[in-house]
This record gives sequence, structure tokens and C-alpha cells, in this order.
Amino acid sequence: MSEVVIMKNICKSYIVGDQEIQVLKNINLTVKEGEFVSILGPSGSGKTTLMNIIGCLDVPTSGEYVLCGNDISEMNEIELARVRNEKIGFVFQSFFLLPRLTAIQNVELPLVYSNIPQKERRIKAAEMLARVGLSDKMHNLPNQLSGGQQQRVAIARALVTGPSIILADEPTGALDQKTGAGIIEYFEKLNAEGRTIIIITHDISVARHAQRTVNILDGNLTEGAVL
Amino acid sequence: MIYESIRMSLMNIRKNKLRSVLTMLGIVIGVASIIALITIVQGATNNISNEVIKLGGNKIYVNVFGTPLKQGLTQHDAEQIAALGNISGVSPTISGKTAVIYKNKVLEDIVIEGKNEVYFKADPELLSSGRAINILDLESRNQVAIIGSDIVRELFFGINPIGEKIIVNGMTYTVIGTLKASTGFSLGSTNDTVIIPYTTALRSLVVKNISTLDAYLKDTNLADQTILEIKGILNQAFNYNEDAYNIYNMGDIIASFQSIMSMMSMLLAGIAAISLVVGGIGIMNMMLVSITERTIEIGLRKALGATPFAIRLQFIIESIILSLIGGIIGLIMGALLSYLLAVIIGIGVSVSLSTNLLAVGFSASVGIIFGYMPARKASRLNPIDALRSL
Repeated sequence: MSEVVIMKNICKSYIVGDQEIQVLKNINLTVKEGEFVSILGPSGSGKTTLMNIIGCLDVPTSGEYVLCGNDISEMNEIELARVRNEKIGFVFQSFFLLPRLTAIQNVELPLVYSNIPQKERRIKAAEMLARVGLSDKMHNLPNQLSGGQQQRVAIARALVTGPSIILADEPTGALDQKTGAGIIEYFEKLNAEGRTIIIITHDISVARHAQRTVNILDGNLTEGAVL
Repeated sequence: MIYESIRMSLMNIRKNKLRSVLTMLGIVIGVASIIALITIVQGATNNISNEVIKLGGNKIYVNVFGTPLKQGLTQHDAEQIAALGNISGVSPTISGKTAVIYKNKVLEDIVIEGKNEVYFKADPELLSSGRAINILDLESRNQVAIIGSDIVRELFFGINPIGEKIIVNGMTYTVIGTLKASTGFSLGSTNDTVIIPYTTALRSLVVKNISTLDAYLKDTNLADQTILEIKGILNQAFNYNEDAYNIYNMGDIIASFQSIMSMMSMLLAGIAAISLVVGGIGIMNMMLVSITERTIEIGLRKALGATPFAIRLQFIIESIILSLIGGIIGLIMGALLSYLLAVIIGIGVSVSLSTNLLAVGFSASVGIIFGYMPARKASRLNPIDALRSL
């Protein structure tokens, strides 16, 4: 199995006023293809910052990050946008579906930015919605869907470009326990199909579903968390 | 992607109907006022220009004040000017004021002008009925008269004046023609004038001198040279007293008049353009509000792989669409307004294609200019901050 994520000595610090705050301290993390990894940490531990760097939304202050063989630290904004579009599928805590677009239009959105013609977009998006079991809700607006359904639309949107990693930030945080469990089950199913999945969470019961858990606390990463 | 941006923009504009309409209103008013002003000023300019051109672009106008010794030009002076190489004809005017009597009706203070056949040849549309003064009238000093439309109405109401006899300054004249009524815009109205052969006038009016003279040019390019030649003759006639006369080249007057009018039109359009700028600021304001409201959307789009260019494009297209719709509505309203005003003022107008293109182009560029800053702001949003703002 090849490595999808290789992080070496990643540091991230922010300047607040005249103080430098170190959020990530010498992070070393490797994620192999087909792995299901959870990054577990309480709020303020730096896990969101780590996710932003993995997701190419942010660049590290120092250190080396190679995603699918591409050195991210060297990239400009346009190249980063392309990497996000092609390699990463985001799933957010509060879904972030565009409220004025129908379910299928939301799923199509990443394909718009990879310049795929509309007909093809339609077909791919419909296929993805079918896979998450929402074929009958294709033309519903997000506010006509339940929370679980909305998160499934968001998962379909994350999958539609065929990304190398699914990056989920507290994907069950806005859902009730039962619905959340359904979503986690779905992630397990995806992983069984060979998808690489990284879940960021503070919830031990969510992290427990992953094959491998890393702990983050005060910007330090430790392998093999005590669950 | 452009198609996608257009679709998204229309969706956003439709969602915020009231706000969009109010924002567009600035552009609508701006474009409508530019179109109306340009069209009306152009219409008025054309109208007045036509009147001025009727006075003759190929004409040199000599106005004589005279000296105490010699109060105007003699017939001999006029003939000398007529003999110049570049002059096709001269039309002298002798004018005086006197009473005109027809049967028992008397009109006081009527302008009597002595003219020649050249005056009528220069503008064949002068006459409404009857005939013009001809060379025979001049040579035999016939007592014939051509009368203005006001005089026809006042002396000959319900009667055909041709062939009737009127008494001017104690002498009897036969009416041979009537003049067309000149319009409200006309300069130098002849509506209450009586025109008689100038040779007859020299003999019968109190004034014995030619007070003004129109010299018609064969070649207007040689106007300056001809003016010098006329000056030579006038200097001889008035013993080199340059205060005794004025010479105007009508071509120059028309040209300077037209340049003043086009400057006026530019000035008015410039003032109207200010309102377009104000409208543009309105659009910028709305775009900035819209971006603040849609921070999450922008962050999400960036996370899904939108480049800064794609974000910029989306917002610029939205602002262009807003101002273009405003521009088109403004165009229609401006055209309607100009036609309405044209009917009220009574001038002919037509909204030209160039004005349309100007207005539409103007509003599109307002969209680009005032949309650029907000769009750039949107494209620079950090996706993390944008997504966190919930």
C-alpha cells in the first residue's frame, strides 16, 4: 500500500498581537491508502488546524507535507485549489450545503470547478446520490431534507470527484446519536470499498470505529490512543 | 463555468428581489438620463442647425453702419462686390419701417425690406404663393410687394392677397406673392415683413442706402480670400473706416455654433454620467453586503476547489448582470422619456444606435469597475476563516 499522506515535522504557529502561538508542534503523520484513521482530540488541541493542513486549506509554517506524491508546501493558491478539487473530499460538521441549490446541484458543485461538461456532471452526481440512497430526493432543497439526509448529500458531494482521501470534520457533531451512527456505518462501508478516510473528532465513540486512532493534545500527536 | 456563474447570479438576483431592484434603480436612472439628455440635445441641435444652415453656409453677411458722410452702401458698391470672381450673386437689403394700408385697414411699424432676385433664388422655399421678385421688377422698379404671413392674416383674412393693392409710404404696390410662415425656432423671422424690389426701395423709402448685404460664395474654401476682397471694396467706400461695417462668414458661425452645441451635449452627458457613478457605488455596496452574507458559500466553494479566479468571475458576472439589466431598463425608459419630451417641446428626435451602445457599454463597464473590488475581496477570503464564520 502506498502512502497518501506523509507529514514530516509539521509546525504551525499564529501571531496573535505580539505573541506567537504554536498550534502544531513537529507533527509526523503517515496515512496509507485504504486506511481509516481518526484524529482524536479535545477542542483547542489543534485538530482543526491539522485538518486544514491535511485538506490543503492552510499551509504549514514549517515542515514537509506530501499528498499523493505532490509537495504541498511549494504550491501556490491556484495549485492548492486544484489539489483540493481532485484529491480531497470534505465532509463538514454542519454539512455546508448551498441552501438555494437542489441536492443534485450541490453534488455537482465540485465538478463545476473541474470543468466537466454539464451532462456528464448530471450523470455522475445522480450516480453518487443513488449510492448514498437519495435517488428520490435529487431535486429537493437542503431544507426539505433531514439532517442525516443532508449529511449523505454532503458525502455524495465529497465522493463525486473520486478523491484520494475523504476528510471528515466532526461529521456526526450536528446529528442525533442514531443518525450519527448511520453516517459512521456508511464511512465504514466506504472504507471497506477501499477508500482512505480521515475523521477528526473529539468523540471517542466515533474514533473507536476507525482502524487506527491518533491522539492530538496541545499540538502534539501521539499514535495509538487509549480508547 | 461562465454559464454556471450566470445561472448562480440570476438565482441570487431573484432571491433578493427588492434589494436588486433598488440597486439597479441607480443604474436605470443614470442610463435613462444620459440617453434622454443626449437625444434631446442632439434633436435640438439638429433642429437649430437646420435653421442656421437655411440662413446659408455659403454666405458672407455684410452689415453696414456707415459713417456720418455716407450712411450705407450704394447700388454701385453692391455691384462691385457682385463682380468679384468668387461671388455668385449678392442680395442687398434696404430696410425701413412704415405703415402699410389696405383699403381701410392700417398696420403701423411694418418692416419694409428692399431685396433682389438673388434673395429668392438662394432659398426656393421662401414663397408660400405667388411669384418672386425678378430682374424685370428690379430694372423697371416695379411697385410690387411680397408679404409675410402675419400681414396676410391681418390685412387679407379670407381674401386671396395676390393681385390686391396695398399702400406703402404713400405709394401703391401690387401684391405678387406671400412668404411662408417661419417656425418658432427660426432666426430672423419674416412673418411681418413686406419685401419690395430694392431698386424701388431706393427710390421710394426714406432710407436711401443698403444697410446689409448677403454675398453668395461660389467656393466656400476661398471664403477668407473673398472676405479680404470685399473688405478692400468696403474700405474704399468708407474711406478705410473699419468701424463702418462688419463682415461675417456664415460658414464660420455655423461651425462654431455646432461645436458649442456638441460641447453642450457632452457636458450634459457628463453630468448624467455622475448619476451612473452613484449607481455604480450602489452596486458595489450591494455586492459587498452580498459577499458578507455569503462568506460560508465562498469558503465552501474554495474548499471544493474553486480558484480565486473562479470566485472573482462569479461576483463580477453578478455585478455585470445587475448593471446590464439596469442599463437595458434605463435604455427603454430613456428612449420613452426622450420621445415624450420631444413631443412636448416639439422637436424631432431619434435614439441613435451609437447612443444605445454607449449606454449599454457604459453600464457594463460600471458593473466591471464597481464589481471588481468586491469580487477581489471575495476571492481573497481565507477558506478557513470563511468556513469558521458560522
